[in-house]
Amino acid sequence: MSVALTSADIARALTRISHEILERNGGSNNLVLLGIPTRGAHLAHRIGTIIQSIESKAVPVGTLDITLHRDDLRLRPPRALMPTKIPTAGIEGKDVVLIDDVFFSGRTIRAALDALGEIGRPRTVQLAVLVDRGHRELPIRADYVGKNLPTSLDQSVKVHLTEIDSVDEVLIGIAGNS
Amino acid sequence: MKHLLSINDLNESEAIAILDTATELARVSDAPMKKLPTLRGRTIVNLFAEDSTRTRISFEAAAKRLSADVINFSAKGSSVSKGESLKDTAQTLQAMGADAVIIRHQASGAAHRLATSKWMSGTVINAGDGTHEHPSQALLDAYTLRKHLMQGAKNLQGLHVAIVGDILHSRVARSNVLLLSKLGATVSVVAPPTLLPVGIESWNANVSYDFDELIPNVDAIMMLRVQSERMSELYFPNAREYSRYFGLNSDRVKRMKKESIIMHPGPMNRGLEITADVADSARSVIIEQVSNGVSVRMAILYTLLTGEGIESGALA
Repeated sequence: MSVALTSADIARALTRISHEILERNGGSNNLVLLGIPTRGAHLAHRIGTIIQSIESKAVPVGTLDITLHRDDLRLRPPRALMPTKIPTAGIEGKDVVLIDDVFFSGRTIRAALDALGEIGRPRTVQLAVLVDRGHRELPIRADYVGKNLPTSLDQSVKVHLTEIDSVDEVLIGIAGNS
Repeated sequence: MKHLLSINDLNESEAIAILDTATELARVSDAPMKKLPTLRGRTIVNLFAEDSTRTRISFEAAAKRLSADVINFSAKGSSVSKGESLKDTAQTLQAMGADAVIIRHQASGAAHRLATSKWMSGTVINAGDGTHEHPSQALLDAYTLRKHLMQGAKNLQGLHVAIVGDILHSRVARSNVLLLSKLGATVSVVAPPTLLPVGIESWNANVSYDFDELIPNVDAIMMLRVQSERMSELYFPNAREYSRYFGLNSDRVKRMKKESIIMHPGPMNRGLEITADVADSARSVIIEQVSNGVSVRMAILYTLLTGEGIESGALA
């Protein structure tokens, strides 16, 4: 597999996304960041840290597991559930930014929107992704994209983050050939 | 894994995965919106040929929180009381398109028969078969033990659990001995010799006739109901003598370890195997076992009913 984004590329992309989120929302006052486990959750915490250093004020960061809302549960073996941690202030009336690592079919985000709807009614929901690899199957788009990575369907995109994989990188290659 | 008939259907990591899933699902029970779309459009039949309060209601609540359609079927008031056989009942359920059948039956092995007979193609979950097994009860007991005593550890390594009372007739005891020992706990069964099954020495448990000796050493005491409805002979001289030797009363509770807990699968015979003040005391987690039962049964349904569109093992 070849490296599509290096550690420095990822850091720059996250910094840019953080600035874009602040610019679009006019600051961090009404923001809530929700990462989709596993790697989206780590990205959410990183973006939270960057925003905090820019605004010198903490922004609520949480996680949202969407497994139980997936539409492919019958087609795949049971998946382990990951924690959902909604910040104590909740999401009612907030500007929620969903954060995930790879944006592909859009089905994860559809499930995330369903899951959010059960928790409350945010003022807006936005989407930030590290990599957009295309091939959407649903009318869903991202508001903040780290890198557009045109791929073919038989390619696979792997995001590694130091929190779990000991290295920061995005790899691209032929599926099943790692 | 398609069916849950016995704890032996699970290895250690599968059992831990169910407990972990239950931990995440427990937050659904705490949320204001207690419903998930996970099993929408699936039909689950509660086939209860024997009386039950907790297990049936708890499976029903679990299935409904996952948006499945639930059909309750009890032997009383159905054609089973006219003498319809399990085979005919099963074929009727199959014809109605049941995706899963949760079966409670007075005959040991009924769930296994249903799962292996080809009378129906759905998932079979054993909710208690005669004096054989009750796997969902064991899983909820393990969940309760882990939550109270293991401080974040995944298994039950190092715990010592006493199971006390009518071991002979207890499917709860058999399933618990299998599961708790699988998860690393030490299990002691305590009962008068007449209430121990033949072959108890082959169980993965210590056998004791002296409850008092064991009390200061255990982390949890699980009291079992004296199952009078299954007792056609005399197993102990009288209720008072049974209570004196094998009942849990406040004097015995005083000698328990500080952090230890008291469990009972219900229904309780207050005054026989457990006194009322002990059952309602702060150490007792009996009511909590019931609420944990819903989360654990949601986890069981989730594990068995998702991914059934694929052949098991087809995807890693």
